[in-house]
Amino acid sequence: MGKNLTMLQAITEAMDQMLGHDDRVMIMGEDIGVNGGVFRSTEGLYEKYGKDRVIDTPLAESGIIGSAIGLALNGMLPIVEIQFLAFIYPGFEQLVSHAARMRYRTRGQFGVPLLIRTPYGAGIRGPELHSESVETFFAHTPGLKVVAPSNPYDAKGLLISALEDPDPVIFLEPTKLYRAFKEEVPDEMYRIPIGQAKVVQEGSDLTIYAWGAMLREALNAAKKIEAEKGWKCEVVDLRTLYPLDRDTIVQSIKKTGRALIVHEAHKTAGLGAEIISIINDEALIYLKAPIKRVTGFDVPVPPFTIEDHYLPTVDRVKQGIVETLSF
Amino acid sequence: MKAYSNEVEPEIFRVLTPDGEIIETIDGKIDKSLMLKMYESMLLLRTFDRKSVNLQRQGRIGTYAPFEGQEASQVGSALALSAGDWMFPTYRDHGAAIIHGQELYRVFLYWMAHFDGSICPEGKRILPPSVPIATQMVHAVGTAWASKIRGEKNVSIAYFGDGATSEGDFHEALNFAGVYKTPTIFFCQNNGYAISVPFEKQSASKTISQRAAAYDIHGVRVDGNDIFAVWLTVKQAVERALNGEGPTLIEAITFRYGAHTTADNPNIYRDQDEISTFWRENRDPITRLRKYLNKEGHWNEEQEELALKKFNELIDAHLQKAEGYPKSDPLEMFNHVYAEESWHLKEQKQELNQILRKGGKK
Repeated sequence: MGKNLTMLQAITEAMDQMLGHDDRVMIMGEDIGVNGGVFRSTEGLYEKYGKDRVIDTPLAESGIIGSAIGLALNGMLPIVEIQFLAFIYPGFEQLVSHAARMRYRTRGQFGVPLLIRTPYGAGIRGPELHSESVETFFAHTPGLKVVAPSNPYDAKGLLISALEDPDPVIFLEPTKLYRAFKEEVPDEMYRIPIGQAKVVQEGSDLTIYAWGAMLREALNAAKKIEAEKGWKCEVVDLRTLYPLDRDTIVQSIKKTGRALIVHEAHKTAGLGAEIISIINDEALIYLKAPIKRVTGFDVPVPPFTIEDHYLPTVDRVKQGIVETLSF
Repeated sequence: MKAYSNEVEPEIFRVLTPDGEIIETIDGKIDKSLMLKMYESMLLLRTFDRKSVNLQRQGRIGTYAPFEGQEASQVGSALALSAGDWMFPTYRDHGAAIIHGQELYRVFLYWMAHFDGSICPEGKRILPPSVPIATQMVHAVGTAWASKIRGEKNVSIAYFGDGATSEGDFHEALNFAGVYKTPTIFFCQNNGYAISVPFEKQSASKTISQRAAAYDIHGVRVDGNDIFAVWLTVKQAVERALNGEGPTLIEAITFRYGAHTTADNPNIYRDQDEISTFWRENRDPITRLRKYLNKEGHWNEEQEELALKKFNELIDAHLQKAEGYPKSDPLEMFNHVYAEESWHLKEQKQELNQILRKGGKK
């Protein structure tokens, strides 16, 4: 059994079920209580579970993440919502210096089972610093796990896994996809393992690697290119950004021999570079063309009047496919 | 010198004067056996601290952060806790950690840069020393909050110095603790200097304890070299916390005689002879309690000698244990990054292992 849900609704349902399932679960953040979250991802939960489990905190990201570390140390399972990814910076030290390192420093004696959810990415006409895609900061931090779903089904299954994970997980929710489409989501509490990518479309000519909101652009471009030129692209949704699913990445490139990476994060030191390195290490002799990246530019995400020119578009992705296949 | 004279000091809670006189009632709360425990604990820690500085000079441990002069603050606060209470020390609070149950050899291991130096005995809740400043204060809010949610009768204590009170996390921690009335004790050892920067350059507010008012929590300023005053203050903070009256900010006025760490030269930023001598001669936490105990007939020279001998032997035994402890295996760097090791760590571990084997030693 299931229901047609948006990604937001799937996320809300996952949290609702976790709150009902385990007393240790609590949600904390700014505006997540009475207001139900600025995107309404916690809507109804405050009324259902009360102010002691769905907590409107003071506006202080370090305080939120730091106190959640303490709560997690002492047996709770906090879900922290940071209102936008770029607002996490005041809490960055808590993440990298403490959440990520506590298990290591204590040789496994104390863990921090903390889940941090945050909307991220451009394409929602947000004000300054509401559209960043800085997953690299976290994917460069040993001890953290980074997850980015691209659809409602995965969002629910990954969120439940992330909350049950004994280590801190940063859960990046592509804001643009919150209400973009609906999909059947099972009623039960199912889990999608962290660390596993998914081949969302089979193909033989080229592999597109993408995640989050860019997965839609990748699929659309693949569809168009197939209609126009008959080329069949395989599309891989990474789903977990750290640690990466090397096996799925490598299997696909061995099949197609060509790759295009699409991400909206800045190009330099973006995860695309890491994927290229993995392919070089594991499958260089299978390559028929250099691997190309279609990414956000190395500029701050610009004002929304021109943000579409920052983001990879279907046309840019198509162009990348053509260049790679015509090499 | 005026910053350290009694005349200009704002109000401060003091029980035992530097001359060893009791000037406040202790209501029978501190009996003879507790007094002796306090005294012996301070003596043990001073011996440990001096030994550690020497060990660093001999190259047997790494950079070390001495706390000599701050024994009353660390011992007095730690002795006021119960076994199940959470403790968040900094790199200068291993004295408090030892009194709360951390083993001496582990502290040596920590300063020898051994992985196992941050493990506390099973069942204890002593977190590794926080190296970033003030960050651990919010953790102490979180653990206390969890205790409160579950109705467990534990408090959490966060140690920090005067420099930490300039950090954002100091304010965020006090604010969260005030809002959620968490059973947290914020224990500041104001030793006058954040490495080289004196308190008057750190803060325009005259005291740290007065900041409590801004968060509507309880604030106390106490003579940090008076172990009776420290113990009574922390004990009262524990009682308040367990009664649901929320957090307490304690400012203990004290002084570190030595350097910030063994890598630091305090002669550059303060007049060592003048200030250290002033504190040693007029305020020392151990001397003043000894004066009192001697007058009361609870302690004498012979006991002092015996105790020092006992502590030296104990410390040496722990040092031996630490020096004989198996060295960290380089491959251990890959353990405990995550609860479960992922592919990239497994492979990198293998890579290092092969390098080590080729080199013929591990």
